Amino acid sequence: MLDELETLYTESLAKLDQVDNTAVLETWYHDTLGRKGAVYLLTRQVGQMDPAIRPAFGKRLNEVKSDLQAAYDGRLATLKAAELEATIAGSALDVTLPGRPLPTGGLHIITQTLRDTYRIFGDMGFQVYRSPDVDTDANNFELLNFPPHHPAREMQDSFYTTKPDVILRTHTSAGQIRAMQEYYPEPVRVILPGMCYRNEQITTRSSIQFTQVEGLAVGHNISMADLKGTLTEFARRMFGANRQTRFRASYFPFTEPSAEMDITCFLCESKGCQVCKYTGWLEILGSGMVHPNVLRNGGYDPDVYTGFAFGMGPERIAMLKYGIDDIRQFWGNDLRFLQQF
Amino acid sequence: MLVPLSWLKDFVTIDRPVAEVDRILTNAGLEVKTIEYIGIPGADLVWDRGLIVLGHILKVEQHPNADKLVLATVDYGADAPEVVVTGAPNLFEFVGQGDISSRGLYSPLALEGAELYDGHKDGRQKMKLKGRPLRGIHNRCMVCSEKELGISDEHEGIILITKDEWSPDYVAGTPLQDVLGDAVLEIDIIPNIARCASMLGVAREYAALTNQPLRLPDYHVVMDGPPVEGKVLITTDEPELNPRFVGMVINNVRQIDSPYWMQYRLRLAGQRPINVVVDISNYVMLEMGQPNHTFDYDFLRQRADQYAPDGPIHIHTRLPQPGETLTTLDEKVHKLPPHAILVTDPLSNLSLGGIMGGLDSEIKPETQNVLLEAAAWNFINIRRTSTTLGIHSDAAFRFSRGVHPSQALLGAQRAAELMRRLAGGTVAQGIVDYYPNPPQPTAVTLKYEYARRLSGLDLSGEAMAGLLRRLEFEVKVHGDHLIATVPDHRLDIEGPHDLVEEICRVYGYDNIPNTILSDPLPPQRGNPKLEQEERIKDVLAQAGLQELITFRLTSPLYEAKLLPGSEGDARPYVSLTNPNSAERAVMRHSLLASVLEIAAHNSRYQDRIAIFEIGPIFIEDEEEILPTEQTRLSLALTGQRGVPGWQGGNAGQYDFFDLKGILETLFGEVHLPISYEAAQHPTYRPGRTARLLLNGQQIGVMGELHPLVAERLDLRLERDQPVLAADIDLDALIPHIPPYYPYTPISPYPPIEEDLAVVVDGGVTAVTVEQTIRQAGGNLLKDVRLFDVYEGEQIGKGKRSLAYHLTFQATDKTLNDKAVAKQRQRIIAALAQRLNAKIRE
Repeated sequence: MLDELETLYTESLAKLDQVDNTAVLETWYHDTLGRKGAVYLLTRQVGQMDPAIRPAFGKRLNEVKSDLQAAYDGRLATLKAAELEATIAGSALDVTLPGRPLPTGGLHIITQTLRDTYRIFGDMGFQVYRSPDVDTDANNFELLNFPPHHPAREMQDSFYTTKPDVILRTHTSAGQIRAMQEYYPEPVRVILPGMCYRNEQITTRSSIQFTQVEGLAVGHNISMADLKGTLTEFARRMFGANRQTRFRASYFPFTEPSAEMDITCFLCESKGCQVCKYTGWLEILGSGMVHPNVLRNGGYDPDVYTGFAFGMGPERIAMLKYGIDDIRQFWGNDLRFLQQF
Repeated sequence: MLVPLSWLKDFVTIDRPVAEVDRILTNAGLEVKTIEYIGIPGADLVWDRGLIVLGHILKVEQHPNADKLVLATVDYGADAPEVVVTGAPNLFEFVGQGDISSRGLYSPLALEGAELYDGHKDGRQKMKLKGRPLRGIHNRCMVCSEKELGISDEHEGIILITKDEWSPDYVAGTPLQDVLGDAVLEIDIIPNIARCASMLGVAREYAALTNQPLRLPDYHVVMDGPPVEGKVLITTDEPELNPRFVGMVINNVRQIDSPYWMQYRLRLAGQRPINVVVDISNYVMLEMGQPNHTFDYDFLRQRADQYAPDGPIHIHTRLPQPGETLTTLDEKVHKLPPHAILVTDPLSNLSLGGIMGGLDSEIKPETQNVLLEAAAWNFINIRRTSTTLGIHSDAAFRFSRGVHPSQALLGAQRAAELMRRLAGGTVAQGIVDYYPNPPQPTAVTLKYEYARRLSGLDLSGEAMAGLLRRLEFEVKVHGDHLIATVPDHRLDIEGPHDLVEEICRVYGYDNIPNTILSDPLPPQRGNPKLEQEERIKDVLAQAGLQELITFRLTSPLYEAKLLPGSEGDARPYVSLTNPNSAERAVMRHSLLASVLEIAAHNSRYQDRIAIFEIGPIFIEDEEEILPTEQTRLSLALTGQRGVPGWQGGNAGQYDFFDLKGILETLFGEVHLPISYEAAQHPTYRPGRTARLLLNGQQIGVMGELHPLVAERLDLRLERDQPVLAADIDLDALIPHIPPYYPYTPISPYPPIEEDLAVVVDGGVTAVTVEQTIRQAGGNLLKDVRLFDVYEGEQIGKGKRSLAYHLTFQATDKTLNDKAVAKQRQRIIAALAQRLNAKIRE
């Protein structure tokens, strides 16, 4: 019997060595260690065995059983690993093939630019105030300290409507008067985005319609230094922490003192390039302290209140940031343009 | 305005580099747009200091071997003079005159090796001067034309500078850079710095900014001609429009060329030299900002002989008579607007005051006696008139921005003296100065506290006064305020805020600190409507649509294309009186029209178009001043639903249900119960149009675009390619978006899922079937999802089968089949009873 066991043991191990795939391995297991396998058949004979040799045989049988099981486990692991390796080896992809395209949408570049300004000024307590595109001459000009035939009106060629004294706003400053009149006597801190219109030739640099964002802060103690600080903060967040600003005296009828703000050119880091015309500076916005007449027209006593205002063009910002060379793209809405942003 | 730096140096010392001058002026509001360098570093052609120098012409002789060449002997500071071979025609007159060194004739001399522009080639091509024989005489040097030096394109003759009492002290051999080298600044004159529209004005500003003294021009005039008294009378009807009129008479002027230095300056400043009288007039305007005008005195006198043989020439300024016209010196005939102020005599008008001279009274080449006018005009009126007539002269440029009346007398004196000295004229004794109401000097009170609060600068009263004094304000300092008297060349100072600007400018905007707002915050209201609009944009962009921003100006004709079978939108438009084009002449009524215009454009290039816009439309309101502006949302879809990739898989074309799916997604996101109802609308295809209802109120329309509309809009489509469109009123929708909504708990108990196919008459809508199922299903019916729609012979003609996937679930227990079967029976019974529906087993 013991011989039979030893033969089974060596033959089974020899057979196991020949097994080269998991399917054959399962057959080997079935034949050897399975419920009706060779080892089981020997086990069944233990009861009829001479009691004298039974313990030794039993002990050896258990050893053989566990050795075979271990050999099987090892073989199974090896074969599985080999098979997985083979599967993987045969299933390589050309990872440079393009992915499945998704139909994607997006926001207009100007919406994205406006949101940037909303967020930055929002953090400084400025809230968005919107006013109509079609407004009165009074709100757009007179109350902003542009008397009739004033030279400053020539800077902005207006579109007039068939209704007397009703025009398409030439700037969002028209909303300054509305905001002040609505909020008096509270302090004011608003930004005014919107579409503006000027009767200009449509070229790569000018359009009959353009967006603008203005800002207005009115309170008891608002100074030119606050204006500089606020706008410099904006410039750093909008155009990068390294940006420096420069304020130049300028003229707007509704502010006094007035200033243009330039930032150091972010395209060439002020080394000089075509965009900054080799000056190292980019003109970004116009600003100033709210003119006393404008404060008064908004309901605020200029002896008690001061304020600042500023205005900028999102198209110009986007043109600078992305190197867009034709302002007509913004309202042309060619999807080949819009989907780049 | 073009400002040669050398001209500024007449009035102020400039020892800083050009870039620094640029920075100082630009920061103070005199923005330097461009700088053109001439001959000095920065220029394309830099005149070598050793090789291009000033030469003194000593002698001119005929070239022995050539008729068209001369030999000029030129002293250039070396031990021996150089003999130069040249064909310059303007030297020929000196041939045979022997030693002409006392004539003070100078010319730029380029020595061998100097780099110049080639005078004989088009454009500006550089060349290096090489010695070579010219008709047998070796030539090493060249006397230069303006073209060769890059000053202008002039190459007829060489530059000949005649030394006169006004010239600097020329020395032969001086580097030409130091004589003609210059930097010309182009300065943008914004409206409130009109006082700087002259060399003196810019110099005055520079002097203040750099804290240096200003040297004023010499206004003294030698008047030794016959007295003017009784010869010229000046009156006006309009002292408001013409507050001052100064007249002077200069006799026996010679209309020769003006000296080179004057021509050179005029040209650098953008003026074409004409003759000495005209040039002086322009020179004085550029120099000190006072435009002036020269009349032909004898012409006026002949006319006076008709109306007052023994009386004076009578100059009178007045408004035009109805229908009056005037021919300006550019020979254009102008119909005069009623506000145009005219310079006239009793016979007719003579010139357009402050804007342009008249043709007849203008000085002519033979004119010897000149009546010089220097006047002051109301700037707003000049602006109106020059804009109405479209005349943008240099005089109008200055007068329409404001020239202080004090300048008129100074300008007249300066011009008269120059005519005396450069044109050989004799100035009549006496000045006719019509100035009925000289304005009192303006004095402005500035409280220090206000100045500090507005500027953020902590300056003492004395410091503020010091800054203002640099700008020629007379300042008296008091306890808590100062009083500043405005200098008489300025019209722009009205109140204390103006003084604060001047203080800040001279102090330097860059020197003001940057601070963060410390004033109390106003109530933070947010902008709920904007926030909802932006949220809707996000949902649609995530759903694969591209946002547009379109033109809000359109034409009624274009919008009418959306309404076939009608005349167009009957509601009134906001119409422009001065449109830029017929296509952009009214404010739009339809956002959808704008969106479809873009769809049509893109249909030429794109297989897939999925676009939307949120924006206003404008309905004119005849009762109110301003139109009603409504916020709309418009969407358009057409073309390929998917984006083709290399794995194929054509996803088909967008159809009605794609659009509806997008809208359902949107309304789901904002938690609005929108229902859809078959509708009719001329823009949309009959049978494929729905109106959108919110609480029974229509908030929009969606559907397939009517094929006729697609055609009229010139959309480039495949055969049978539908265009889906929707137009929604956000003003009606946004206020209903709930700020909060209840959460539905997730049941821990397993759901039971069943399918139910319902056969109904074709006329029964899907929404009715679903509602019936939901009502009958009760609380246990958690979800109803339509998964198939079938029409066919099997179920009978005119019938439709709708197959639903039903999900039953309880929140408090596991459902058993019995409970579900009971619900199912209730649903079936309700469908049969209310809709006459049969269940397809």
